[in-house]
Amino acid sequence: MRTPLGQVRGLGAARSGTDHFWLQRLTAVSNLVLSTVFVGVLVSLAGDSHASVVATLSNPIVAILMLLFVISVVVHMRIGMQVIIEDYVHAELPKLLLLMGNTFFAIVVGLSAVFALLKISFGV
Amino acid sequence: MASSKAGSNRPLSPHLQIYRPMLSMMMSIVHRITGAALYVGSILLVIWLVAAASGPSAFETIQSIYGSILGQLVLFCYTWALIHHGLGGVRHLIWDTGRGFDHQSRERLIKGGLIGSIALTVLIWVVVYATHGATG
Ligand code: HEM
Repeated sequence: MRTPLGQVRGLGAARSGTDHFWLQRLTAVSNLVLSTVFVGVLVSLAGDSHASVVATLSNPIVAILMLLFVISVVVHMRIGMQVIIEDYVHAELPKLLLLMGNTFFAIVVGLSAVFALLKISFGV
Repeated sequence: MASSKAGSNRPLSPHLQIYRPMLSMMMSIVHRITGAALYVGSILLVIWLVAAASGPSAFETIQSIYGSILGQLVLFCYTWALIHHGLGGVRHLIWDTGRGFDHQSRERLIKGGLIGSIALTVLIWVVVYATHGATG
């Protein structure tokens, strides 16, 4: 016999239970701090030359904070978009494809930004 | 799922068409829209960083696009979306603790988010122009 609890345990629309709820809050807090840093860095770099942008971004403290910002945002936005997809798309196949696309997008954005930041740090 | 007994007397979600639009409801939708806009806009950051990592000429090209009138308009909107969504996030976190649900706090949190986000966005861009000139 399957109880109602047994049927939902470990499931949910994306088979991931409440982990995402917590991770969304965790990254909301880190986004808040890191995006403040990010905006500050961008304001100080707005319109600057390549040389000066590279000099700032390759400062280890700036680079580490920017890397943390990228990771935090990418994790947060992937789960956030997953919730949106689960809310509006109910047919299994389209939902599956969109969830896949969402993950690919987050990985491509995250990896490209991290690669670029590391390359800038280690020498363009 | 439909076959389980527990499903029959669960509460139904509110039906949007019979609800009078309320500020808190609008803001909840705006939070979602800004979240989705930020999601798409993350490409702008990637392009900028990859251009910087590619070298001076690629970077100049991107800087001139981002520095154009249209580019600046998009970045201005992106700034607002980020700040509004961030402040909206703070509101959600406060609500997650079970606080701030009475009418007055709700209105205050929402108006604070709206006014605060506009004020901060304008402030940021004033600083950008004041320190870097109108060429962005
Ligand atoms: C600035 C700091 C940020 C904070 C404090 C924040 C906070 C939050 C919170 C608390 C939620 C959950 C809302 C809910 O449960 O209904 C959320 C949702 C979301 N966030 Fe953020 N966020 C921030 C930045 C970002 C950024 C930079 C992006 C994208 C690049 C983003 C994309 C999203 C998306 C797509 C959702 C899902 C929206 C929804 O389900 O309605 N957020 N955010």
